[in-house]
Amino acid sequence: MTWYDVYAIFQGAVFTVSISLASIVIGLPLGLGFALIRWSSVPVLDRFVVVYVSVIRASPAVTLALLIFFALPVVGISLGAVTAAVVTLTLSTAAFNTEIWRGALMSFPREQLESARAFGMTRGLRFRRIVFPQLVHSALPALVNEMTLQVKSSPAIAVLGLVDITRAASRVGARTYDPLPPFVVALVLYSLIVAVFVMTQRLIERRRAAEMEALR
Amino acid sequence: MNGFTIVWDNRDVLLSGFANTIALSAIAAVVSLVLGALLAMALMARSKAARIGATVYVDAMRCVPFLLLAYLIYYGLPSFGIRMSNWTSGLIALIVYNVAYMAELLRAAWANLPKESIEAGHAFGFHGLKLVRRIILPPVFFAAVPMIGNQTIQIIKDSAFLTIIAVAELTQAAMAIQTTYFVPFASFVAAIALYWITCMAIETGVAFVGRVAKARQ
Repeated sequence: MTWYDVYAIFQGAVFTVSISLASIVIGLPLGLGFALIRWSSVPVLDRFVVVYVSVIRASPAVTLALLIFFALPVVGISLGAVTAAVVTLTLSTAAFNTEIWRGALMSFPREQLESARAFGMTRGLRFRRIVFPQLVHSALPALVNEMTLQVKSSPAIAVLGLVDITRAASRVGARTYDPLPPFVVALVLYSLIVAVFVMTQRLIERRRAAEMEALR
Repeated sequence: MNGFTIVWDNRDVLLSGFANTIALSAIAAVVSLVLGALLAMALMARSKAARIGATVYVDAMRCVPFLLLAYLIYYGLPSFGIRMSNWTSGLIALIVYNVAYMAELLRAAWANLPKESIEAGHAFGFHGLKLVRRIILPPVFFAAVPMIGNQTIQIIKDSAFLTIIAVAELTQAAMAIQTTYFVPFASFVAAIALYWITCMAIETGVAFVGRVAKARQ
C-alpha cells in the first residue's frame, strides 16, 4: 500500500463525512417535524408517520437505496446516485430521529407547558421558548448515538456505485492483494469520525452544565 | 400492478432468498448471543487483562461498519489460506460483528442487576461460574430481551449488506428479479415488505416474552 492509496481512502472519508452530514442536517429537523405530528396527534398524518417509522426501521439501508435508485425513475423521478444516497440515508435517519425526538417530547414536564399557557404564550411561542431549548439537550445523547450509527450504515451506498471509505479500502485491498493495511486505515478513519461526534456531544453537555451552574 | 404479478410468478426466487436471510440471521443471532454472554463475562471479570481485551474487541467492532468487516473476512482471510464460500464468510462476519453488540447490551443489563441477588447467591454458597450461570445470567437475559430483539432486527438489516459480497439473500433475490424483468418497484417493495413482516414478528415475540417475564415475577 502506497501513500496514494491512503490518500484514496482519505478521499472516501471526505465523501462519507459529507454524505452523512447532509443526511443528518436534513434528517434532524425532518424527524422533529414527524415527532411533532405524532405528539400533537394531527389526524391522518400521524398514522402515516407511524407506518413510515415502522417500515423504515425494518428496512436495510442497502434495500432502501436500491428501491430509491431503481424504482423512483419508474414513477418519473430520476435521481442521480449521490442524490439517491442522500435521500436514502436521510429517510432512514429521520425515522430513527422521529422516535428519539418523540421520546424526549413524551417525557417533557407537563407543568412547564401549563404554566407557559397560564402566562398567555401562544402554541408556537411555547414551543420555541420553552420546549425546544430543553428538548435539544434531553435528546442530544440519543441523537449523537444515532448519528454514529448513521455513519456506520453509510457504506450501504456502495450498491449505487459510490466510493466511500469502505469501498475505497476494499478497492485498495483487491488491487494489492493485502486487505489488512487498508482495513486498518479505514478503521482509524471511522473511529476518528465517530470520536468527533462523541467529543462534540461532550463539549455541548459540558457547556450546558456550566450554564446551568451559572443560573443557580 | 404488472410488476407485482411478475414478482409473484418468481416468488420461489424471492422466498429462497428470504429463507437464506432468515437462516443467516437466526444462526447469527443465536451464536452471537451465546458467545456474547461469554464475552460479557470477560467484560465483567475481575481479571484486568480479560477486561481490557474484551473492551478493546467490543470498541473496535463498534467503530467498524459491518460491510468493512464483511469485506475483510471475505477478501482478507483467503490470503491466510482460509477459503470459505461467501455464505459462510457472510455468516462469520455477522457473528464476529454482533458478538460485540450482544456482549455490550448484556453487560449493561448485568450492571443494572440489583446487588442483593448476587450477595444472596454468595450467601447460599454460589461461586464463580455457577454463580454466573444460575443467579446472574437468567435475570440478565430477561431484562435484556427487548435489546436482544432490537439487535436481532439489526442483524437482519446487516445481512442485507451481504448482497454486496454476492450472498444469495433477500435483497440479492430482489435484485436478481429486477435485473431480469426490470420491475424494480415491485421487487424491492416486496423485499422490504418481507423485512418488515419479519421485524414485526420479532417485536411481537419480544412483547410476548416481556409479558411472560412479568407474569413470572
